[in-house]
Amino acid sequence: MSLSDTQNGRTASLLRKMGFSGRGLVIAVPTLWLLVFFLIPFLVVLKISVAEPLIARPPYSPLFVEGPDGWSIKATLSNYAYLLEDSLYIKAYWSSIKIAFFSTILTLLVGYPMAYYIARSQEPKRSLLLLLIVLPFWTSFLLRVYAWIGILKANGTLNGLLISLGIINEPLIILQTDIAVYIGVVYTYLPFMILPLYANLVKLDGSLLEASADLGASPISTFFRITLPLSLPGIIAGSMLVFIPVIGEYVIPALLGGPDTLMIGKVLWTEFFNNRDWPVASAVAIAMLIAVVVPVMFLRMAQTKAEENA
Amino acid sequence: MADSAIAAETKPWRSGTAEPFIRIQNISKIFGDFTAVDDVSLDIYKGELFCLLGGSGCGKSTLLRMLAGFETPTQGSITIDGQNVAGVPASERPTNMMFQSYALFPHMSVEKNVAYGLLREGVPKEQAMARTAEMLNLVKLGNFAKRKPHQLSGGQQQRVALARALIKQPKLLLLDEPLGALDKKLREETQFELIRIQESLGVTFIVVTHDQEEAMTLSTRIGVMNEGKIVQVGEPEEIYEHPNSRFVADFIGTVNLFQGRVDVVAPNEMRITGTEAGDLITKPIEGLSAKQTVSLALRPERISISREATSAANCIPGFVEEVAYLGNLSIYRVNIASGKTIKVTLSNLDIEGEPITWHEDVFLSWNAGSGVVLTT
Repeated sequence: MSLSDTQNGRTASLLRKMGFSGRGLVIAVPTLWLLVFFLIPFLVVLKISVAEPLIARPPYSPLFVEGPDGWSIKATLSNYAYLLEDSLYIKAYWSSIKIAFFSTILTLLVGYPMAYYIARSQEPKRSLLLLLIVLPFWTSFLLRVYAWIGILKANGTLNGLLISLGIINEPLIILQTDIAVYIGVVYTYLPFMILPLYANLVKLDGSLLEASADLGASPISTFFRITLPLSLPGIIAGSMLVFIPVIGEYVIPALLGGPDTLMIGKVLWTEFFNNRDWPVASAVAIAMLIAVVVPVMFLRMAQTKAEENA
Repeated sequence: MADSAIAAETKPWRSGTAEPFIRIQNISKIFGDFTAVDDVSLDIYKGELFCLLGGSGCGKSTLLRMLAGFETPTQGSITIDGQNVAGVPASERPTNMMFQSYALFPHMSVEKNVAYGLLREGVPKEQAMARTAEMLNLVKLGNFAKRKPHQLSGGQQQRVALARALIKQPKLLLLDEPLGALDKKLREETQFELIRIQESLGVTFIVVTHDQEEAMTLSTRIGVMNEGKIVQVGEPEEIYEHPNSRFVADFIGTVNLFQGRVDVVAPNEMRITGTEAGDLITKPIEGLSAKQTVSLALRPERISISREATSAANCIPGFVEEVAYLGNLSIYRVNIASGKTIKVTLSNLDIEGEPITWHEDVFLSWNAGSGVVLTT
């Protein structure tokens, strides 16, 4: 044993001399992953976003051009300028951020009581409830969103039920409106809100709630003064997991939303596949990334602060 | 006469006529098929510092939580200052609790933690803050008002918890292992601090602890609990000197127990035969029948150890197996003929002469009145 230990030690020190260490290797894998699958594609998109559209293959001008004076860089910001000129893009950004914002709040309002209830229930009920939360992931996301069409359409399940119960006489027009988009988003992203909230709430020390009651606080007062502030890191984490992907969401507005549901994901699709304007599409993508990074940085800062306090 | 009047005032439980402040009557708490508290009745008087003492799982914390209103008794009633508190939620009881984990609100400053109770009660903010500052001075934390709990040491957190529990001037303060998380030295200082605060405010305290030394130091009276029942209630001295059962004798301090049968009962002494130390002479107690099985409980400090035999009522030979020197006293473990090990403590009064040491043949002796005869 001691012999193999010394051998291991020698191998380790040899690797260290060559610039390898256990820690370095552990970090190297995700670093490489991010480099290959995030940074390089990002640079490619960035490159296309400063090119000019061509009717060619590929449909954009090259970045490096060989001229009489040797190689030169040919880049333009006209695509970005175009985004500002045409109000469609600004509107689409705002609309995306608005939809993401309100659906995050809706998801929070629906998810918080559920997460609270799961965190407060006893085993084995708790495991069962958690399983039910992640169960939808076992079916295709596309199928589940598609199923909502059947529920929400004019002669669909929901309207049929409401009419047969005598609550309404005329079918409600839900499908192909923003309401349908909100329903789809809240439904799809609920687990992403519930799981971080649950992870936070389950750690909440029950004696804090008892102490609050003991000092004369009503249950409602205890919730707003103790439970809610202490679950702030969970609220922020869950909100980030919902807000960020919803901004770029394409499938839900495409399937459930109407023609006037303006979201940046749909605009992006149209630029790429209908207009075949890759440089503008890339500029939209880059601008969206920036538009997302800024609010996320604020949320991150708020989260760090909340965690320091908790 | 004057003496007994003072006794009645400071030790109301002795008078027999004083009205108890807290009256616990036939309280039981059953969780599923586990009886945590089993038919406990207890009277506690105003201004007392009462300790509930027992090992883990003896029901002491459950009893405390029923007083606070966190658990509903399965049966029985609790009266605090003449008010039956059945059905009164914790938030409306005239009690406050200091939690074992302190349960300080981590997102609030010390000041806000302490003021919490007053603000929930609707006390105007300025007044609440003034009283908070006063209370923080009482627990010597005036300079720490703006800190967060995690920026404080364990002892400081403990004092914040105490201040927070006291700010509403509860009729009854419940303390769950208040000193459990402190190290030994700090615990000793804090014990006296706790007594000082309790006396200066005149609040009735009920303390739950598993530490018998803590209970002895703090309390006016101790209730020893075992398996959900109160097995003995008494002043610390009474519990130590006159335990009523083998359990109490063994739980409080160190004790040597000898089991035997009652043999001869004379007016002034009695003989117990068949113990592991042979026949033992003790003072007689009432209500014993011949041949009844009894135990003699003998504290280690009541036994003297010598190289020569003595003329004491009981004197048995032994062999020193081990000696532990603790500075102020030494603990001897002495084996006797039956193989039983007897613990003897000896005050190191003087350093003259050769102290008895390992592997010496010695005699252990004690008087007839040194031990307590127990029937249960």
